[in-house]
Amino acid sequence: MTKKDLDKRKVTGPDGEKFEVDPLRDYFCQERPRVHDPARRIWEGFLNWARSESLWILGYGTGCGAIEMRPLMTPRFTPNKHRIQWRPTPWQSNVPSSAAICPSRPQARGPGSYEQMQGPKYVVALGSCTINGGMYWDSYNTINRLDKYLPVDVYITGCMPRPESLLAGFEKLKTLIREGRGEGQNLYAKHFDEYKANQKKIIRDWDMPDYNW
Amino acid sequence: MGFEPVKILYALISLFLIFNVGMLISGITRKIGARVGRRHGIRFYQPYIDLVKNYALRSNVSHGVMFYLGPVFRLTGGIGVYLFIPVIYGSEYFSNFSFAGDMVLVLYFIFFGTLGMALGAGEGGHPYSAIGIGRGLAQVTAAEIPLVIAFLGVAIQYQSLSVTEIVAAQQGGMMQWTMVTNPLITLVGLIAFLGTMSRSPFDVVMAPQEIPIGPPTEFHSTFLGVLQTNRAIFPMAKTVLFVNLFFGGAANWGVLVLKVFIVYMTSVVVGVVFPRFRVDQSIRWFYKYALILGIIALFVTSLIIR
Repeated sequence: MTKKDLDKRKVTGPDGEKFEVDPLRDYFCQERPRVHDPARRIWEGFLNWARSESLWILGYGTGCGAIEMRPLMTPRFTPNKHRIQWRPTPWQSNVPSSAAICPSRPQARGPGSYEQMQGPKYVVALGSCTINGGMYWDSYNTINRLDKYLPVDVYITGCMPRPESLLAGFEKLKTLIREGRGEGQNLYAKHFDEYKANQKKIIRDWDMPDYNW
Repeated sequence: MGFEPVKILYALISLFLIFNVGMLISGITRKIGARVGRRHGIRFYQPYIDLVKNYALRSNVSHGVMFYLGPVFRLTGGIGVYLFIPVIYGSEYFSNFSFAGDMVLVLYFIFFGTLGMALGAGEGGHPYSAIGIGRGLAQVTAAEIPLVIAFLGVAIQYQSLSVTEIVAAQQGGMMQWTMVTNPLITLVGLIAFLGTMSRSPFDVVMAPQEIPIGPPTEFHSTFLGVLQTNRAIFPMAKTVLFVNLFFGGAANWGVLVLKVFIVYMTSVVVGVVFPRFRVDQSIRWFYKYALILGIIALFVTSLIIR
């Protein structure tokens, strides 16, 4: 999709009928994300247990560190044993594990994928470069701190983190969810403007709608 | 025969039981598949947790009315198939709402869910959904032909359109089953069964590798939960129907679960052994082999009846 695709335009239908298409209005939701309050205590505890036991992951690998997600999927490390399953589409996942350096182009799609996920959703950041830039700290086309652009729940340090440390990170995430501390979605909704402003700062040619769902 | 309201209660209990059977069988199947591949695999009750999680997601986004109705229609298709076939032979509690012509109605219900899903996923507007729907409708239509032929063959053989009567005619030992008395029509039925179970070699509709899971690409949280519920009920309903038509039905739940598991596993084993067909290959395969075999089986059946 390019910027031009978001403009209003006249389209001729298959039966020759002409009608106007406004992609931003017709194809995308105009609502801002809103804060969803957790349920009552015991019930929410049960739901959080279910959420922690069923992590559906979107492997959003944009950099070199993502290479370590592939061995994690293999029988040797058996993610299923750790209640981790991979989903091919952001709509159905809960955890975007955003990998490593975030070059500006994929970074533009990162928030989009994140926003398409339905909450509660949790971000796991792989690699040292998501914390402070790591070895790419002065690169011209990467961001240094992922936390400015998406609410990160768990950082996994390492360059690159081994699958074992990824598993440890996911175990940590499960503990956080069970304790009811995985409220990144609400954090994102609460500080939506700041996150959006930060995202727009690094993506100069913003060619997406503001709300990606 | 008058309608008794208490039958609704029995039908709901039966639906609840078959839902759990479906969830457990899908979990166990995945576990077996993983162990065959030397993986650890999910826990056998993982589908329940996934279901709870999906229903418990706090937000969802709708793309319109049909997007809502798509999963609902799909679930209606699954439940509809189940509610109109007798589950346990001879049991007044678990005969559901079977009646004299239920086989025809069930055929409609099997196709109904697919159409509803096509409308719903179409409104999602995602190109992958559209590709999935295109492939799905083409393949299901192709698989439907041997299915109808198999049903027709059974109806001709037993001179009845009522599943209950067909099961009754098969009582009295294994030698009375359609599987033994008419193996050709059973073969055609099983081929059609494979085609509707969305497992390899006929799983190009979902195709997780190329078109991320096809028609349900855009469905999430509660919508996906409804689809998952259907995925537990619908294959079970179809399998129960096949057990009734070809394998002598079941007189109690133990026999039913055993038979359903074995029939269900045929599709799994075939899926493990054979790689995926492209959609044009699968359609051609259905028309070339299943259809011709079906017509021969129909002739043979009519000759036997004479």
